Amino acid sequence: MTTGPVKRVRITHPRTEAARRAPARTPSREIDEQTELGEIYMRSLIRSQRRLALAVCGAIGVVLAGIALAGAAFPRFGTSRLLGLPLPWVLLGVLVYPVLIALAAYAVRQSERNERAFTDLVRRR
Amino acid sequence: MSGHAAAVVAVSAVAVATTVAGTFGLRRARTTSDFYVAARAVTPRWNAAAIGGEYLSAASYLGIAGLILAYGFDVLWYPVGYTAGYLVLLALVAAPLRRSGAYTLPDFAEIRLGSVVVRRAASVLVVLIGWLYLVPQLQGAGLTLATQTGAPHWAGGLIVCAVVISAVAAGGMRSITFAQALQFWLKFLAMLIPALVLLFVWQHRGDSLDRGYPTASARTVVTIANDTSVRAPVTETLTVRGHVDGRTVDGPVRLAAGTHSVGAHSTVVLRRGDVIPVVADLPDQRTGSWLQPLGSGKDHPLYASLSLILAICLGTMGLPHVLVRFYTNPDGRDTRRTTFVVIVLLSAFYLLPTVFGAFGRRYVPDLLLTGNTDATVLLLPERMIAGEAGVLLSALVTAGAFAAFLSTASGLTVSVAGVLSQDVLRPARDRHRAQRIRSFRLGAIAAIGVPYLLSLPSQHLGLAAVVGLAFAVAAATFCPLLVLGIWWRRLTDAGALTGLVAGGALATAAVLTTMIADVDTGWLGALLQQPAAWAVPLTFAVMIAVSLATRSRMHGDVGRIMVRLHAPEALTAELRVGLPGDRSSPVRDRSSRQGDRPTTQEPHPATTDA
Repeated sequence: MTTGPVKRVRITHPRTEAARRAPARTPSREIDEQTELGEIYMRSLIRSQRRLALAVCGAIGVVLAGIALAGAAFPRFGTSRLLGLPLPWVLLGVLVYPVLIALAAYAVRQSERNERAFTDLVRRR
Repeated sequence: MSGHAAAVVAVSAVAVATTVAGTFGLRRARTTSDFYVAARAVTPRWNAAAIGGEYLSAASYLGIAGLILAYGFDVLWYPVGYTAGYLVLLALVAAPLRRSGAYTLPDFAEIRLGSVVVRRAASVLVVLIGWLYLVPQLQGAGLTLATQTGAPHWAGGLIVCAVVISAVAAGGMRSITFAQALQFWLKFLAMLIPALVLLFVWQHRGDSLDRGYPTASARTVVTIANDTSVRAPVTETLTVRGHVDGRTVDGPVRLAAGTHSVGAHSTVVLRRGDVIPVVADLPDQRTGSWLQPLGSGKDHPLYASLSLILAICLGTMGLPHVLVRFYTNPDGRDTRRTTFVVIVLLSAFYLLPTVFGAFGRRYVPDLLLTGNTDATVLLLPERMIAGEAGVLLSALVTAGAFAAFLSTASGLTVSVAGVLSQDVLRPARDRHRAQRIRSFRLGAIAAIGVPYLLSLPSQHLGLAAVVGLAFAVAAATFCPLLVLGIWWRRLTDAGALTGLVAGGALATAAVLTTMIADVDTGWLGALLQQPAAWAVPLTFAVMIAVSLATRSRMHGDVGRIMVRLHAPEALTAELRVGLPGDRSSPVRDRSSRQGDRPTTQEPHPATTDA
């Protein structure tokens, strides 16, 4: 038997249902369950990839149409020479290929970067 | 060794090697998926060489040089477009398409739009484009064999058919991957070595191209096969035996500048320095204008160039054999990297046809008289280099040409056969595997037999030009379907179907008119010969307008499909991106592959890292 002042203890209802945090809703679950938030994640990825694709196609168009129109607009373009060879032939026969390869490298690197950014975003809890 | 014997040896070697590679793959071809897409386990380097091998067709190997000889600078758009087309494909469709998990273009249409009707329309188009592309391959084979060995024109195509059917039906796609990767390197070396030798010889001789009309570089005897109408650019006296303008002649004939008719089996003797009369279908411009942009001598050359660029850049993604090949990549990221390697390989290859075409103008201009310019690459080595060396180089070039026909024809045959066996012969899904494989083999025979029959009547349009028409149809149909399907969620089945039908019908009509009727002057001729510039925007417009009008028909699962097309591979384990009844989600793919192949087997050369 103990005597003396009894320490006052406060008893409360734990209210577990209300207090416990809802299970984490990860972005990947949002995407999986096709919620509006998931849609927003996907749309942002698709938009960035689409912008990249259009930029690359636009660059191809500018380069190729540029050469075609230069031939039509400037008669001197057709007769100028580079290293002893006709300039248009050097341009379209040789020099255009490194440009295409560089654009391809850019497209691959940039789209992988977009995907990595998206993966990081979705994995962030 | 004579030129004929060397060519026969070269052709037989390529044919036997392809058949052996096909049989070698046969032992591995165990399952249906092995047959269609090499079980998706081909590494990027092998796959890139195989894609290049399949893509470099008769048009690239023979056609471009021939067109350059005849038309000049404007033809350079063909090789540039063939390469840029892969860049467009890389930017717009490569990775999403691989992730869609479809085997063929009709599969993609069905997965994306959930409609069997659109699938059927896509199947019809695959067969149409495939056949349109196969005809020039088989004609090229006939031409090559006839030029190099004097065999009848039907023989070359028949050899290609026989080899392709035996290789394809025996081994399916897997064996082809290996064979085609080798064929790329064969084609590349078979053009590179002669090109370097020719450049060296040319440097050594100090020859140059003068700016006047092309003249014979040495005494040449030309035999005219059929009654032909030719144009003499200048008045001159040539030695002719046969018929000219209805008169029988045997000796020197004075030809006034202008058009003349030359009878069948006439022989024309050209002495060094004689100006070459040009067959009426080809332009007879001076080399000075030939060197210039827009100097091809056609009507509306600027429109023709721009429309051609558009057709080739956008048509590449719609070629059936190109897409099937992409499904053999393990995932979307690898697909992009493979495509990059392909662009590098193509860039290296396409430097070469220009060299042949430009030398052709100097050393084999007599082809302008017969109109047989597709033979430029085949004839150049022997013309420029006398003796054994020339014979050997010519045999090498012939081997490369046959590699080109075989690889493109087998790739196309696989894709067309896949579609025919799935959608026309249509075995039930649950039928026994052996029956499905049998229907694939039947499909292969139909896939190449029909274009062979179509290739027999001799139509002269130029290999690269016919292939250009196949590109135009692909650009006006599959390009809008793929681009909108991948990047625009509101595309509906009704929109896709109307677009495919409208674009397909109009482009095909233009193509057929060009091939059958001879409309080649004025704006009408230009528009029909190069339909892409109006047909592609039209198809896009139709698809978008009809889709917006039928908004209620949007595929219910489009959100999930978009996730599957665009979500990076790193996330596929977390996201359940597969669709119900899916046979190809990346994760299941790998496990099923291990499941149906005994693990003790050695991997196929094409499936391991070299």
